[in-house]
Amino acid sequence: MGTVIGGLCGGIDDGLGRGIATGQCGKAALSLAGVNQDTRITMASEHGQSPTDYIVHHMTHNSVGQGFWTWHVDTLVMSAVTAAFVAFLLWLGARRATTGVPTGLLGFVEFIYEFVDGKVGEIYHGNRSFLTALGFTLFTWIIAMNTMDLLPLDLPSFVAAAAGHEHAFWRVLPTADLNGTIAMAIVVLVLVIGYAIRAKGVGGYLHEWIAAPFGGHPVLWIPNLVLNAVELLAKPVSLGMRLFGNMFAGELLFMLIALLGMVAGEHLSGLLGIGPAAAFFAQVLFGAGWAIFHILIVLLQAYIFMVLPIVYISMAEQHH
Amino acid sequence: MDINATFIGQIIVFLILLWFINRVVVPMLAKPIAARQKKIAEGLAAADRGQKDLDEAQARANDVIREARERANQIVDQASRRSTEMVESAKQTASVEVERLLATGRQQIELDAARAREELRRDVARLSVATASKLIGREIDAAKHADILNQLATEI
Repeated sequence: MGTVIGGLCGGIDDGLGRGIATGQCGKAALSLAGVNQDTRITMASEHGQSPTDYIVHHMTHNSVGQGFWTWHVDTLVMSAVTAAFVAFLLWLGARRATTGVPTGLLGFVEFIYEFVDGKVGEIYHGNRSFLTALGFTLFTWIIAMNTMDLLPLDLPSFVAAAAGHEHAFWRVLPTADLNGTIAMAIVVLVLVIGYAIRAKGVGGYLHEWIAAPFGGHPVLWIPNLVLNAVELLAKPVSLGMRLFGNMFAGELLFMLIALLGMVAGEHLSGLLGIGPAAAFFAQVLFGAGWAIFHILIVLLQAYIFMVLPIVYISMAEQHH
Repeated sequence: MDINATFIGQIIVFLILLWFINRVVVPMLAKPIAARQKKIAEGLAAADRGQKDLDEAQARANDVIREARERANQIVDQASRRSTEMVESAKQTASVEVERLLATGRQQIELDAARAREELRRDVARLSVATASKLIGREIDAAKHADILNQLATEI
């Protein structure tokens, strides 16, 4: 479902990047939420936004530049901040590493390290020092980035408003930006190719491109090449898209829940005056429920993104 | 949804974090953890060894105790046998002594009786001689003879 919505809203994102306001994304979102897209409802905030505006606002990156050379400032800043936070926290814990009993933060850091190291050891049989570092980095960083999704949806807007930029765009979730997840997947792809070449040599690796999996007969070179290209590219694409889709869908659902409360509140306001209160209650209930469930997704997606690259690299070293 | 230059920045951020964790954090953690694992393994091995030593010592102690108990039983048996023997021999010795003392006593009595008889005989002889000399020195009187003879008889 998340991918479908992503596709629709992706289209609208492009449109917005060029300054064209359309309601297509909002339509998709609202029809999902069961609300008539023509209804223009004043939001609880003082901006007087429609639900469409609200979704669009939360789906638009804070960006600079044009065309390909567009930089998503929010994604870059949030990922750098989370990376710095992770690096600092791990360093703070590891700083006190002794051969004695690990306590407090050190115990926490060691627990994650040993968990990752154990998983990597199960999958990869060789000198796994770098792969442990890779898995450790992916796991901790992705958890930190995904956790940004649990921040209150309108917190960036409030902060921006307090700072005097009322309509500033700011998406806090770097993993709901395809650039963020694809970047990691591309690094993984390079590592997969690198490990394969290290294990088989350049000649051996290139030979495998045309000779495996069907066989070395010249007639089969083209099919082999095509299949290998698909196989190789499917890895980073699936890796990047999986994390992006999950986090994007999660983020969108938070928006819809937030909208649900506001829109339903407007519609039910005639009902003995309890409509807004009931809607508020429903919004809090669903929002909290989804947030709790989302913790699971945050950890699960980080775990998957940690394990799969190790699996890919381990597979790349095997001879066909 | 659009892919743009942002991913280049993301790759750079990722590589910096990867470098930091690979070069700084993992080495900081890996060495102490490996050392600790070794220490724990050694500790466990030592505990195993200690347990084995303890088991062996326990077995040895049990052997010693069993041996000691056997020896003690032996000694007790021996002692009781010995004491029975001693009592028996003491009884035997005592009865022999008793026999001997009785024999000695009897001999003494016989000896004393013999001596008394001897003395008596000697006295009778002496008295007979004295009486006879008296009789010879005087007129023989039948009545008086009877008297003397009676006296002699009572004296014997």
